[in-house]
Amino acid sequence: MKLRANLVIGGALFALAILVGLLAPWLAHTDPVMDANLMNAEEPPSWTWWFGTDDQGRDIYSRVVYGAQVSLTVGIVSQLINSVIGVALGLSAGYFGGWWDDVVNALTNLMLAIPSLIFALAIMAVLGPGLTSLLIALGLTNWSFTCRIARASALSLRSQGYVQAATVLGYGDLRIMITQLLPNMLGPIIVIGTLGMGSAVLSEAALSFLGLGVRPPFPSWGSMLSEAREQITTAPWLSVFPGLAIFLTVLGLNLLGDGLRDILDPQSRSRRT
Amino acid sequence: MTGAPLIEVEDLKLDLDDGSRRVAAAEGVSFRIDRGETFGLVGESGCGKSITALALIGLLRPPLSIGGGVIRFEGQAIQHLSAARQRELRGNRIAMIFQEPMTALNPVSPVGRQIAEMFVLHKGKSWREANRLAVEALASVRVPAPERRVHDYPHQLSGGMRQRVMIAIALACGPDLLIADEPTTALDVTVQAEIIDLMAELCAAKGTAILMISHDLGLVANMCKRVAVMYAGRIVEAQPAEAIFAKPQHPYTQGLVDSLPRLGERARRGQQRLREIAGVVPSIQSYPPGCRFNPRCPRATDICLSVPPEIAALPADGLVRCHHHG
Repeated sequence: MKLRANLVIGGALFALAILVGLLAPWLAHTDPVMDANLMNAEEPPSWTWWFGTDDQGRDIYSRVVYGAQVSLTVGIVSQLINSVIGVALGLSAGYFGGWWDDVVNALTNLMLAIPSLIFALAIMAVLGPGLTSLLIALGLTNWSFTCRIARASALSLRSQGYVQAATVLGYGDLRIMITQLLPNMLGPIIVIGTLGMGSAVLSEAALSFLGLGVRPPFPSWGSMLSEAREQITTAPWLSVFPGLAIFLTVLGLNLLGDGLRDILDPQSRSRRT
Repeated sequence: MTGAPLIEVEDLKLDLDDGSRRVAAAEGVSFRIDRGETFGLVGESGCGKSITALALIGLLRPPLSIGGGVIRFEGQAIQHLSAARQRELRGNRIAMIFQEPMTALNPVSPVGRQIAEMFVLHKGKSWREANRLAVEALASVRVPAPERRVHDYPHQLSGGMRQRVMIAIALACGPDLLIADEPTTALDVTVQAEIIDLMAELCAAKGTAILMISHDLGLVANMCKRVAVMYAGRIVEAQPAEAIFAKPQHPYTQGLVDSLPRLGERARRGQQRLREIAGVVPSIQSYPPGCRFNPRCPRATDICLSVPPEIAALPADGLVRCHHHG
């Protein structure tokens, strides 16, 4: 039972975040953008304003609820793009070796040498601000760790008996990669993926802060945090609640990743049953 | 049945590239296996028997490569076929069983699926049909309750069960040749006998030829019709199984036969020690000139130190590579 705690808590937190994002129009008390009222500016949390209000009198609770949409979309979609690119490159490089491995290695080193946020910034500068370019920019710049892990796994798995057996039994290269290598490396890939989702949420915040992410006034947790920076001493609730939302989401993703790794390992699965 | 052998190896030479130069890991390897025949290849670790098997199935990888000679499967030279044609042969016409049933199965895939995949891959069956055939295949290797076992993962099965699954996978497509590379080394002695019997029985029923690779002379002699003995990269003797025990011609084979423990006999003769062959196997980089067995050979003379012995024919298709055989 203890082994499943991380899966349950992580899954619950992540599911909660997704639900909040999906049900935002029904959960929110006010419109996150339009319902500004200077009469209610900077109200502390109360029964009326659960999370307080900002300097324009907008309900922080409603903005956090809507912010989940942006943060989760960016986190999930961009990390999926990263995972697909990383696994495709790393797996094939580790399996085939030779010149292709050299090319992928050089590319990975290049990506690791350039700070990914700077690279994403450059892409954003070319594509212009907005959700789509955010997804592309973050999706193209964070695959190097996944690629490294996939390549290392492929290298060690390639010499496993069952991979050689599959070759002997007449499997083609693609079939070996998909049926023999991929399922056996999924554990670490998923863990890296969930961590990456967390860091994508944070990168989105950084880019939004720099004015290249989702444009204000539409809320994302990152842009809310950066807007709240100036009032952190006078109105701490402005940064506490979006920060808490990011924290719980990233925590949930990490716990979920650990839990998934446990059940994806068939040996631990039978240990429990 | 035609007169042409199923597989024919002629003067095969396998090179090992150790970075600075090429050395021959095996050379002058010639043998043939007829349809439905069981052929044993015996030798110590590192004598070249396993790489010979890999060459047969077209799986030599750098630093190893084929340096010369020809391997014919049904008269076609295997090493000149395209990669795609070679892949069609593998698993379908030529299958292989490995030494380690612990690692030869994919740990994240149920065993039934791994068997079924063979039918999908080589016979173009649908998954539904293939899954049904997988249950049959498991039943044929006498795994109890096969319709439940197909859902098991490899780690839920014992070593003997896993090797049965391997046999089921290998024989799924009814291959013409089964290469068994030390198939029972990792198993308990009692399970060994069951697995060997099972393999022999299934292959006999399907007319599958077996190339049995082992260091266990007794096992090979029991199972195989003909046996070849390899030493330091060369076949030193090949004879029918009974003859190799009754009249071993090469001093190395004689040493092997003599060093087999015989139950009860030692005590009767008051002999305390197991007999052995003096010395060690030379490394690939430093094979001695002349006959490679000369440093360990009780019969070695001057000619053995300088001239490599030629193959001498023996009755019943046998051969021996020794200046002083007999």
